[in-house]
Amino acid sequence: MTATARAPRPAIAVLTFPGSNDDRDAVHAFDLLGADARLIWHAEEELPPVDAVVLPGGFSYGDHLRCGAIARFSPATAAVREFADAGGLVLGICNGFQILCEAGLLPGALLRNESLRFVCRDVPLTVERDDLPFTARCTAGRRIVLPVKHGDGRYLPPPDLDPAQVVLRYVDNPNGSIGDIAGVCNWAGNVMGLMPHPEHAVDPLLGSDDGALLLASLVDAARERVLAAI
Amino acid sequence: MRATVSVRPKPGILDPQGEAVCGSLQHLGFDVTETRVGRLVELELAATDAEVARQEVERMCEQLLANPLIETFEIEIVP
Repeated sequence: MTATARAPRPAIAVLTFPGSNDDRDAVHAFDLLGADARLIWHAEEELPPVDAVVLPGGFSYGDHLRCGAIARFSPATAAVREFADAGGLVLGICNGFQILCEAGLLPGALLRNESLRFVCRDVPLTVERDDLPFTARCTAGRRIVLPVKHGDGRYLPPPDLDPAQVVLRYVDNPNGSIGDIAGVCNWAGNVMGLMPHPEHAVDPLLGSDDGALLLASLVDAARERVLAAI
Repeated sequence: MRATVSVRPKPGILDPQGEAVCGSLQHLGFDVTETRVGRLVELELAATDAEVARQEVERMCEQLLANPLIETFEIEIVP
């Protein structure tokens, strides 16, 4: 058995919406972490055969109306919904998180930062769940440091949010999120969204490689799905 | 037919924009105790019947113009 056969590179689709700007960083990070990531234009009605999907950060459709509100109607977003409904792994980062909330794939909404200021800095976070495909390499209760860069990151959970759906919390809340919530998952645990940027934290040269804990967890989970399908 | 949709932050939801505007108005000497900032959407509709138009705009609000978790909306039809 060759090394390649033991560790296949799972395929990950990174969606590009008009206004996405972290799509290439995400592809770069996943390539570093052993996945075969490719950009998929938002107008595609079908996803190629992939093992996970990532909605990247940026300002899709210029954040018009509400952040993520227009991207929700892109043909590729409908394909992501189908993929997620079938149990596929979906991660939304920053604007991708906003899109997943607007699309109803994740609970809650993201509002203007309480300070009305764009925040751009590294923030410490507490990992609440380490039993998810996105966090298996983390340890619950452990702190990680990731950069945030957003103007609309104040998370408002729905009244019926199960606390078990909270994946990450800010140690020092930068945006006024209710419950210090920085990242949540759906009930089934196959869709996750977060405001901080793990794809910008995969190299210690850039201040932190804690983002690799999250993204490599996703690569591991995607790889397991490839192996299970062989 | 024209329609005007007022989208407002739901009561109880923190509105920092409203607070900032309120502070500025107070700074100007106005006796304001609360300000909430929403959004106004003006629509030109093909419908000629007011009731049909209202129902259509209601669907627009539910599907796109407002997010029911954080906003309320009010529709005014102008014949």
